Amino acid sequence: MIEQRPVTIEQLETAAQPEKLRRIAIEPLTRVEGHGKVTLLLDDENRIQQARLHIVEFRGFEKFIQGRPYWELPVLVQRLCGICPVSHHLAAGKAIDQLVGVDQLTPTAEKVRRLMHYGQLLQSHALHFFHLSSPDLLFGFDSQISQRNIVGLINAHPDLAKQGVLLRKFGQEVIRVTAGKRIHGTCAIPGGVNKALDSSERDYLQQDIRQIVSWGESALQLARKLFMESLEQNQQFARIDTHMMSLCQDDGALELYHGGLRVTAIDGHRIMDHVDYRGYDQHIREEVKSWSYMKFPYLQQLGPDEGSYRVGPLARINNCDYIDTPLAEKARIEFRSLNRHGLVQSTLAYHWARMIELLHCAEKIEQLLGDPDLLGHDLKQTGEMRQRGIGVIEAPRGTLIHDYEIDADGLVSRANLIVSTTHNNRAMNESVRRVASDLFNGQEITEGMLNHIEVAIRAYDPCLSCATHALGKMPLVIELQQPDGQIVDRLIKDTQGELKR
Amino acid sequence: MNNQFKLDGITVPFSAGETIMDAALAAGIYIPHLCHNPEFKPHGSCRLCTVNANGRTVAACTTPASEGMEVENATHELTTQRRLLLKLLFVEGNHVCPACEKSGACQLQAVAYHCGMLAPEFVHFYPKRAVDASHPEMIIDFNRCILCELCVRASRDSDNKNVFSISGRGIQAHLAINSTSGKLADSSFTSSDKAARVCPVGAILPKHKGYNIPIGQRLYDQAPISQVGDVAKHQELADE
Repeated sequence: MIEQRPVTIEQLETAAQPEKLRRIAIEPLTRVEGHGKVTLLLDDENRIQQARLHIVEFRGFEKFIQGRPYWELPVLVQRLCGICPVSHHLAAGKAIDQLVGVDQLTPTAEKVRRLMHYGQLLQSHALHFFHLSSPDLLFGFDSQISQRNIVGLINAHPDLAKQGVLLRKFGQEVIRVTAGKRIHGTCAIPGGVNKALDSSERDYLQQDIRQIVSWGESALQLARKLFMESLEQNQQFARIDTHMMSLCQDDGALELYHGGLRVTAIDGHRIMDHVDYRGYDQHIREEVKSWSYMKFPYLQQLGPDEGSYRVGPLARINNCDYIDTPLAEKARIEFRSLNRHGLVQSTLAYHWARMIELLHCAEKIEQLLGDPDLLGHDLKQTGEMRQRGIGVIEAPRGTLIHDYEIDADGLVSRANLIVSTTHNNRAMNESVRRVASDLFNGQEITEGMLNHIEVAIRAYDPCLSCATHALGKMPLVIELQQPDGQIVDRLIKDTQGELKR
Repeated sequence: MNNQFKLDGITVPFSAGETIMDAALAAGIYIPHLCHNPEFKPHGSCRLCTVNANGRTVAACTTPASEGMEVENATHELTTQRRLLLKLLFVEGNHVCPACEKSGACQLQAVAYHCGMLAPEFVHFYPKRAVDASHPEMIIDFNRCILCELCVRASRDSDNKNVFSISGRGIQAHLAINSTSGKLADSSFTSSDKAARVCPVGAILPKHKGYNIPIGQRLYDQAPISQVGDVAKHQELADE
């Protein structure tokens, strides 16, 4: 029936005759933030013909914040997410700084915001590595599904699980001290922050920071070890070659809060550098596809086919020339030595890069806690109102863009949000196709094979909604249908993780 | 001794002409309320201060205290009824506490906590109401108006301006602004008006200042409303 099997992963986006194929859906994806699904279309010989990652939810924040006062934005839009609300809070905070005409914060305000941001990156990266991904990496992609979760981790490696939980707790405490609450507090106000730290709050964080740095080093060593153990296999798994985008400091150092946009091409040459992010819309376009609620951004100068890129830890560690904290810099040099002449493109290297960043954040927090500016009293700047404000930040999952326009009364008239995960949409789809084309080549389909697909997606730490926590307990139904729609096989995972046919 | 009554078994003194609410406030006993502010003529509209006085159900803010009266306030039955009233108020407007800049210093939120309301129970109306941000210094968010008429009374009786009124009937009742365009900017309202600082919720607010007070330092973060009382009283002190 199907004469020829696609030879490139690009051809797996759309099959020629989908109505003649069997469909398998992985729905919902588990151990990722938010709700998504993967659909696979296979021919009669179980060979992959089409593979797509779909985002099935629609949030609508850009619409319903219209008509609201601009100063509400950081608090309103942080509700996009329960894991990375600080990123949305600070990206919106940076945008409303511009709305009130403030280009430079006071040292205290910027350092309080940075502290909050490093705290959140630390907790989000710890959550992703330990709670969501480490079961796959430690037990194997095909391991027992009953073990492949955070509870399995606690049973098999209690000390490691405890470190993960406590690393995350520390990050959450940094957020609480700066924002008043662990989740969805208040901090950024137009032109500054609403509080600095007092000495008791600083001392409270300082008493644990040495331990956190030390656990950060262990987490990094674990991520490195897991990657190096099966180097060849890990380098090829879900591998795609893409350009990479992130913010960088002027001198090329890793930057997570504020900097210029840098894009490095697959072959290592700079496509863009030192670009003022307020001109993002001159460089980034978004393509819409009918089968997903998530758009597909691309670099305008290269077009939709050649211009897709990746963001997040892998892109940041590849893009920067150095890291301005010693332990993370040492780790970066070793990481980059994986590919001396180009970028490290292995999708699974995201985990390693993420742990380099976790350690960097711990080091940064330690530096900041010794900085007297953190206890300052000069919290806010003022300026002349402007009509448009654009805030960009490196969120845990990558470059996050918030763009707002207000009317003469100060009410939001237009908003555009490009969330980190959106940049990786095409890359995640291609990684799914890479795994599918490597695995689904005629053999009998198993749950473990489907988990390989999820492992590829999880590497990107996508935040699909961003508000729901699907921690591997979501029910899952996999149906195998004949071309005429008749169900020939049905695999059900219930809320306890039990599998039934 | 004359001029005293019992409030939940506690002896409360009063002067001639005082209401149950006046006497309770003077004695430091909290009777939940929203539309009452001792600076203005009692209104008796929110019904949250409903108590049992000698077996009759009355509004504490409008009922004169009388000698030997037996008043029930903090009973299970009355608190349950108050919670019901509060739940109705929450679904009539758009009271989004998680994102509201008044959160932590909002009387509606604080009274709801006091009465043990932890979640909405009824279907939300989700009315569509635009924000009036036309005024250079103040903003009106009609989504949060609970029709307490404190701004109406303050503008009329204290500012002598009559900027506000309640228009419409029943569920259509809404706050109206006395100007040709209906916009606040075209009225005689100023940010120094008494009416600018009596709103018990987040309906009338200064512009550009939201979230200036960190979580933990807001009025009702520090102590419950039963101890610190109305937000307007503290607003006056802060402005001085």
